[in-house]
Amino acid sequence: MPLIRATTLALALLASPALAVQPDEILSDPVLEARARALSQDLRCLVCRNENIDDSDADLARDLRLLLRERLVAGDTDAQAVTFIVDRYGEYVLLNPTTKGANLVLWIAGPLMLLIGGAGAFAYLRRRKGAEPAAPLTAEEEKRLAEILSE
Amino acid sequence: MIVEFGHFALILAFFVALLQTVMPLIGAQKRWSGWMALGDSAAGVQLLLVLSSFAALTYAFVTSDFSVALVVKNSHTLKPLLYKFAGVWGNHEGSLLLWVLILAAFGAAVAWFGGNLPQTLRARVLAVQGSIGVAFMAFMLLTSNPFLRMAQPPFNGEDLNPLLQDPGLAFHPPFLYLGYVGLSVSFSFAVAALIEGRVDAAWGRWVRPWTLAAWIFLTIGIALGSWWAYYELGWGGFWFWDPVENASFMPWLIGAALLHSAIVVEKREALKAWTILLAILAFGFSLIGTFIVRSGVITSVHAFANDPARGVFILMILAFFMGGALTLFAFRAGRMEAKGLFAPVSRESALVINNLLLAVACFVVFVGTIWPLVADLLWDRKLSVGAPFFNAAFTPFMIGLALVLPVGATLPWKRAQLGRAMRRLWGVAVLAASLGLLAYAVQTGQSAVGPIGLMLGAWVVFGSAKDLWMRSGHGAILERLRRILRLPSADWGKTTAHTGLGVTIFAVAAMTAWQVEDIRTMHVGDSFDLHGYTVTLSDVEKGTGPNYYTTMATMDVSRNGAHVATVHPEKRDYPVAGMPTTEAGIDYGFTRDIYLVIGDPQDDGSWAVRSYYKPFANWIWGGALLMAIGGMFSLADRPYPVGAGARAQGPKVAVPAESVCR
Repeated sequence: MPLIRATTLALALLASPALAVQPDEILSDPVLEARARALSQDLRCLVCRNENIDDSDADLARDLRLLLRERLVAGDTDAQAVTFIVDRYGEYVLLNPTTKGANLVLWIAGPLMLLIGGAGAFAYLRRRKGAEPAAPLTAEEEKRLAEILSE
Repeated sequence: MIVEFGHFALILAFFVALLQTVMPLIGAQKRWSGWMALGDSAAGVQLLLVLSSFAALTYAFVTSDFSVALVVKNSHTLKPLLYKFAGVWGNHEGSLLLWVLILAAFGAAVAWFGGNLPQTLRARVLAVQGSIGVAFMAFMLLTSNPFLRMAQPPFNGEDLNPLLQDPGLAFHPPFLYLGYVGLSVSFSFAVAALIEGRVDAAWGRWVRPWTLAAWIFLTIGIALGSWWAYYELGWGGFWFWDPVENASFMPWLIGAALLHSAIVVEKREALKAWTILLAILAFGFSLIGTFIVRSGVITSVHAFANDPARGVFILMILAFFMGGALTLFAFRAGRMEAKGLFAPVSRESALVINNLLLAVACFVVFVGTIWPLVADLLWDRKLSVGAPFFNAAFTPFMIGLALVLPVGATLPWKRAQLGRAMRRLWGVAVLAASLGLLAYAVQTGQSAVGPIGLMLGAWVVFGSAKDLWMRSGHGAILERLRRILRLPSADWGKTTAHTGLGVTIFAVAAMTAWQVEDIRTMHVGDSFDLHGYTVTLSDVEKGTGPNYYTTMATMDVSRNGAHVATVHPEKRDYPVAGMPTTEAGIDYGFTRDIYLVIGDPQDDGSWAVRSYYKPFANWIWGGALLMAIGGMFSLADRPYPVGAGARAQGPKVAVPAESVCR
């Protein structure tokens, strides 16, 4: 897996390196800050490799964190704040893909596959059972059984 | 000179692999013993040649031979010796050479340990294994030659990516590759069985140890990578659902399914076609993983290697092997008629559910990983699929798996009664539920993730223990304990691996739910309270390491006035590679880690400090380790792992495929 965050760090070095959420970014209102942290987890740092802006060291991530907090302080709801950022940075910024349009396929692929696979498995299990041979006892066995029972 | 020798050995190995592919295949078709036997010698010679080639490259790295382009790009004279070795595979070309080396080693292992395999099957397995070698060595020689020289050698190298200069990561790729490439043996067995046209209990017995070995390596490799991310990246994350991580996780999931379905083939002669399909797919996902990492198509930015020509080549390899194997499967799968019969409630059915859940979970990971590419190609939509999607879409399958596992594991083969199995596990269910409720009551007002994780983990762990206990039969406790100790090691393997899964499930949930974070600025001498621990920033000083500069803090952790630990978080700067890294200061504990990170100096002379209380962090990898150990117990159960089936089969004579086709 990893070998990853090289680019992030390289970019972070070009500008002065900072480390994810900085003390000076934190909002004084703990409720707003908690909302900002939660939303940050679902927003992508656009110059990073699969990192959210909450974890990222890049300057762009810091800008986005500050922008997000600005919107929340201005009184935006969570949805409004996210829409504000998506309008400016595109759908790519969402780590949690929407269910709009073709993305629906992405979301139902798993459950659908489970249904298909489940149906296949069910059919297989039925067949394994259905093929069960119920061979009747031969005359000889019947005789032996009668002997045992009469003893 | 030695470098040229390495290059030449690789070219020779390519031709030997070509022989290994063609001659045993023809030999097996025509029943020519000599031609079939050639596969054995070719596999040995191929290993020897690739090993020489690898040794030559290692020599170039260790002696810092800067006339070799690869050494210039990935090494430096000041680099510690361990990382001169690790540098061999810390790059695209070298890691491929390691890939091919492990492939050749597995091929030779089949030749050496497969003495009891029917001759035609062994010949065909080696031929398929050889053909994979041909493809990858052609790939290396044509697009990724590690032995290229520089026209004008520089005085020194550009250093290895500093993130890779870490013991955890030095050994992460070899383990991962042992897993990836180990699955090639299962693939070769599957394709050989399709060519032979028969799969029986013996085949299941032969293929399972190889799958098990590959899966153990993959488990360790993934755990090492996750552990590395935890302590190196600076905020203690352990899994990011990154495409490169998913690339290793998909073969692991399918490999786990394959392990379980091969048991059904071995014990009950059912699920044959499905097992063959899983064996093909498991290696297919290894190849897809290689494609994702090497082509850079999905990740677009990666620490090393992304070249479209290479991506297309790997895609062709993938298309050839998957297309070929699946076509063969389509024609021959019909012959794999199952023999064993079983009721809908039975161990067999439980393993079918296990396979269904693991395979669909893998499918979800696969779809999520390639979706950004699909959306871009088809609808020109640039979108991301990140951790929130995978957490939501993948987790339900794991919950289902954990719920079913203890019940399924205690069911008898052929026919079972669900009611009876449930009655036995009644106590375990009550225990798990009470633990979950207790945690919920204690934590007050936090998310339900922690308690649910505890409940599921306890259900799996204690359910596995109960299963082992029930196997001891009846009688006095001491007598039962004695019997437990004498149980076959496969039983111990099953219990240990399942316990590991339960531990990991609990630990992931616990860390996600109960982690405590603190971000603040501190002057030297300041203290603060972190979840009952007092953390003091005692000192910050600058220093130099062998090939880096460092800003090192000294932080003391105490509890109720008693000293607990002193840790040294660092910020390092590697001037040659031009890259900073964070080294967290971690006090490892059995039930918690204290994870401290030093940040930037502030204008007022204080330092940014991030601190975490991470409950049960080590249990995540501890669980993975238990899974791997469980696999080893299972592997140890077979005194002659690969040949055991042949003796059960009677005389070691190759049986003409036609006469046994069903």
